Amino acid sequence: MFEDSALATVLLAMFAGAIRVSTPFLFVSLGETLTEKSGRINLGLEGTLVFGAMSGYAISYHTGSPWLGVLVAGLCGSCFGALHGYLCKLPKVNDIAIGIALMLFGTGLAFFFGKAYIQPQAPRLPSISFGFWTDMPALRQALEINPLFLLGIVLAFVLWWGLKNTRWGLTVRTTGDSAPAALALGINVNQVRLLSTMVGGFFAGVGGSFLSLYYPGSWTEGLSSGQGLMAVALVIFARWNPLYCFLAALLFGAAGALGPALQSIGISRGYHFFNAAPYIMTLLIMIASTSPKRSLKGAPGELSITK
Amino acid sequence: MVDVTKADRMAVGQGSALADTLDRFRRSSEFVIMPILALIVSGLLFSIFLLALGKSPADFFSLVWRGGFGTSFSWQNTLVRSSPLIFTALCVAIPARLGLVIIGGEGALVLGGFAAAAIAIPMIPWAPSFLLLPVMALAAIIAGGIWIGLVGALRHYRGVNETIASLLLFYIAVSILNFFVEGALRDPSDPNKPSTMPIGRDNMIGAIPGTDVHWGLVFGIVLATLLYLLMNRTTFGFAARITGGNLRAAQAQGLPVGKLMVISCAIAGACAGLAGFFEVAAIHGKANASLIAGYGFTGILVSFLARHNPLVIVPVAIFLGGIAASGGLIQRRMDLPDATVLVLQGLIFVVLLVSETFYGRLPFFRSKGDL
Repeated sequence: MFEDSALATVLLAMFAGAIRVSTPFLFVSLGETLTEKSGRINLGLEGTLVFGAMSGYAISYHTGSPWLGVLVAGLCGSCFGALHGYLCKLPKVNDIAIGIALMLFGTGLAFFFGKAYIQPQAPRLPSISFGFWTDMPALRQALEINPLFLLGIVLAFVLWWGLKNTRWGLTVRTTGDSAPAALALGINVNQVRLLSTMVGGFFAGVGGSFLSLYYPGSWTEGLSSGQGLMAVALVIFARWNPLYCFLAALLFGAAGALGPALQSIGISRGYHFFNAAPYIMTLLIMIASTSPKRSLKGAPGELSITK
Repeated sequence: MVDVTKADRMAVGQGSALADTLDRFRRSSEFVIMPILALIVSGLLFSIFLLALGKSPADFFSLVWRGGFGTSFSWQNTLVRSSPLIFTALCVAIPARLGLVIIGGEGALVLGGFAAAAIAIPMIPWAPSFLLLPVMALAAIIAGGIWIGLVGALRHYRGVNETIASLLLFYIAVSILNFFVEGALRDPSDPNKPSTMPIGRDNMIGAIPGTDVHWGLVFGIVLATLLYLLMNRTTFGFAARITGGNLRAAQAQGLPVGKLMVISCAIAGACAGLAGFFEVAAIHGKANASLIAGYGFTGILVSFLARHNPLVIVPVAIFLGGIAASGGLIQRRMDLPDATVLVLQGLIFVVLLVSETFYGRLPFFRSKGDL
């Protein structure tokens, strides 16, 4: 009987965790999907995420409006995206290397400006309660869902539909699959990639603001521990499909919640190993889902990472 | 008549040989001047950044000079910081010759330092330091070598992107360190910070006589020289550079590309592991979270600034080590956060990569005959 309830607690905590932890993964991976579909990879999203978290928190603290914080975080993210997109169009500039540089630069800037915001409490994002139908407090708590999560789901569907069915989606996909073909169609390749990277940066910034404004809910320098990069790996796993991105983000969120969930029922031994679960899982997924021999299904042809 | 023409021809020949040498010198000077230009430009951009914040750039750069290179004390501080940077930069430079971008050197450093401290625990009561230290170094080399070697193997045999894989392995290495340091291998007599047992003051690596700089710096310089010779004067290095230049051509030539990748990555990881060993054996005396000090990430920048040339890494590591060493002084005197150095480093990195686009396009570095 005890074991049953313990298992239930863990599963419930992982379910709640999947919803709470997955949102930043979801936003970053959707943004990265769009960027990669246009033929470039932006590894700088880790830095964008951290900067978004800092700027969102700072704006929320100063104005009292967390939603304004989310917006500003997104705008800051698109600035980073614009920088990446602009620099990468210069000849001989490598998009992966620029991404690494922007990751370090963005993190450095966030720590630089974020020093003042480590102590103060900023207003956090509200959540919507979907747990009115149950008396179980744990389940009620699990069903406190942040609007950004719902927005992320909508966004995943919109992006999936848009990439497939709109003229705009076709332009992005053509640019990503073959730059010469896009050029022949009269598409401005660099501009499409610049815009895709900017929108991707916007999403990553929003994902970052979720970290500081909802869960964990405060700004610290250790706030993001590689979520931005794991999301990039997640895009490969999701085969550049926004809907799979959503499912993969849930999976990653559940894995991330494993450590705290086990700790809540008193299993604290090996806590650090369970904390490493998302990284180990990402690595295993990458090992299982890539192949040295054939290019991946759905992979944009121009992408340097899969060539 | 005939003699005159001959003499003329000889004179012309000599003249053009000299011009050729000058020309070649001017062309190769591009690889020195461009990074320096990039440094100057990033210095200017950073000055604008400081001015926008109402701080004085002149103060900043004079503090960097004083904190990093001004006195013999600051020089020693700089050199202590540049020693791990040499090792971690080598961890980026060697795979870069094969076209691999490894950014997880910090993970190999952490794991190498931990392996060194862990293997020392049962040996401390009986082993003399001349036995203990080599065993620790070996443990660090093996741990680091396996860690990054794994990245190379995954890249070749499974096609896993090495950049992402190496960074994921960094987080996993940190978890391994925390797991043992807060669990089975925790020193119960240390109430403050979870650490392994100290290896003992007598067993630690001493300083170079007359300085406070430990021997890691000397080892780093020797290792950089050896790896320079390996990459530039041996068939292994030649094959590695071919692989980096054109993977398919290397495969078509029958070069063992996979083996080259795994071995290069293992060498790289061993370098970063040694950085961890020296941090444990010469600085901290034990393994704990202080190992995660960002040397692995600064090493990426060092290697890119040095254009992945092991010999150039040494001066560049000293330069960036100096900037890092002045961080404390800048923080106290100018009331700037410690992340200021990170911002400057990031800026240098971005500008440096952008400078790539100007190679071969500035008229000064081109010979007259070029198109």
